[in-house]
Amino acid sequence: MSAEDNQSKSEKTDEIKCKGCGKVLSEKELQENTYVCPKCGFHAHQPVRDRIKSLTDRGTFTEMWGDLVSTDLIGFSDSIPYAERIEKYRQKTGENDAIVTGKASIHGNDVALGVMNFRFIGGSMGVVVGEKVLRLAEFAGENKMPMIILSQSGGARMQESVFALMQLARLSGAIKRFQDDGGLFISAIAHPCTGGVSASFAMQGDIIISEPGALIGFAGPRVIKDTIKQRLPKGFQKAEFLLDKGFVDKVVHRENLKWILGKLVSMFVSTPMKEVN
Amino acid sequence: MVHLEFEMPVVELESRLEDFRKQAISRSVDLSSSISAVRMEIEQKLDEIYSNLTPYQIVQVARHSSRPKTIDFVRFLTPDYITLHGDRRFGDDKAMWTSVGTMDGQTIFLIGQSRGRNAKENSNNNFGMASPEGYRKAMRVMELAEKYKAPVITMLDTPGAYPGIGAEERGQAEAIATNIRDMFGIKVPIVTIIIGEGGSGGALGIGVGDRVLMLRNSMYSVISPEGCASILFRDGTRFRETSSMLKLTATDLLELGLIDEIIDEPIGGAHRSPIKAMELVKKAIKKNLLELSNISDSITEHRYQKYKNLPPKL
Repeated sequence: MSAEDNQSKSEKTDEIKCKGCGKVLSEKELQENTYVCPKCGFHAHQPVRDRIKSLTDRGTFTEMWGDLVSTDLIGFSDSIPYAERIEKYRQKTGENDAIVTGKASIHGNDVALGVMNFRFIGGSMGVVVGEKVLRLAEFAGENKMPMIILSQSGGARMQESVFALMQLARLSGAIKRFQDDGGLFISAIAHPCTGGVSASFAMQGDIIISEPGALIGFAGPRVIKDTIKQRLPKGFQKAEFLLDKGFVDKVVHRENLKWILGKLVSMFVSTPMKEVN
Repeated sequence: MVHLEFEMPVVELESRLEDFRKQAISRSVDLSSSISAVRMEIEQKLDEIYSNLTPYQIVQVARHSSRPKTIDFVRFLTPDYITLHGDRRFGDDKAMWTSVGTMDGQTIFLIGQSRGRNAKENSNNNFGMASPEGYRKAMRVMELAEKYKAPVITMLDTPGAYPGIGAEERGQAEAIATNIRDMFGIKVPIVTIIIGEGGSGGALGIGVGDRVLMLRNSMYSVISPEGCASILFRDGTRFRETSSMLKLTATDLLELGLIDEIIDEPIGGAHRSPIKAMELVKKAIKKNLLELSNISDSITEHRYQKYKNLPPKL
């Protein structure tokens, strides 16, 4: 696999404070524990290449469309020009945009896999994320594979304006065709997932699974608080809250995520319904 | 009518016109030449102002309270309309309008965010900010239209989907996600018109049309200029800048290839001549429905290809 992969293997000594309990942990300690705090169980961000490794059978992931790169479509510039921002994040993360897509096997079954990369401009969705999800759904349909996407995103990328908004429609069209054609789409969600990603593919799964404690919603809690000028209920918009309200099928600890995805895939691909004798 | 700051030169002329009129009546003098001179001046001034609106001025016009709203379009296009209510699951969201009616003999289904024209209507309609039950009602009505093979017209006019506790509890993201996806399966033509403010995913939740048209002074954006300013600059008052940055005007979006057509507005904007504006919209709808009725492939295939082929080509 790629250079990023080696990088994630290298020892890191950076200390990280757990956002759940405040305990100071080394990156290495976290990495060994799939970025779940050993003390409080908080599910921190797991780097995208680590994530792919922990979800797939060893050595089976083949990346696709990894060379797609966004450009500045509308001359956008805030503190820095958007083109520079993209470049900066490409350098910083070693990735070209906010999702990695490809095919892999899980428990021996082939799947089309997408894993979002939260470290790339907050996992925001612009034309590259939209295009890769669209292609992934078409690929999965053509090859009769289940599709799994792990979402983790702040929403549409505003630096790409209506181009970003249109991705919600583009990729949803592809998912619609895939699902209508009998394709299984499992959406897995990690903390946090809001805006245009939750209002498109993250919530379009035939089965939706979330990690514990993940914030999932359309509007972010701050926007809601500012609008209604009230305190938000405890646990509001957390995965467990959505489970209770009927919007996710399961809340699954990271260490069991691969197992349940593999199990589901195997049940769906094994046999179309047989005649019951 | 609310007057926008940049319309003030016209407002002065209009009050002069009113004075002439009153004088002509009270003193029974013939001021017709002065009156027509002022009229012409007003027209010129409006044309000058409205040909040079800045993006933020367009945002202001797009949100103008006197601009024709979904309900005005419904009354104009389908005078015999019958409203439809409720998502059959939870309730009836007044922020989302749905009705059936005939437009020159053709049955059409009209769906739109229902922004109010005044404070009372806005409090009733929640400023056109829909909740999940609104999106689900819209989908229910689109499926009804499909069943009876009648076209769907959707009208976008909302600051966004409602960011409230109940809306989130009832699955705002899921409701919008489902609509955006399932609109790709609706087997009748869908024409989407942005009549005022096309506010992000909340607008798009009923906005996956075979044709996407924008009124000349409407806007369509991934985020409000105010929201964008507060995120980018931590300063919500820099919305004039972000209005320009976001390329949210009809002219920009047509040039970028993201919408299909601009519907012109009468001189001085739709809020000054709503009937004329709605006539132009009606003409555009009829033209587009006729074109869509000639599509030989399946309409859903056509719709998918349209979106798939949106720029940029990667």
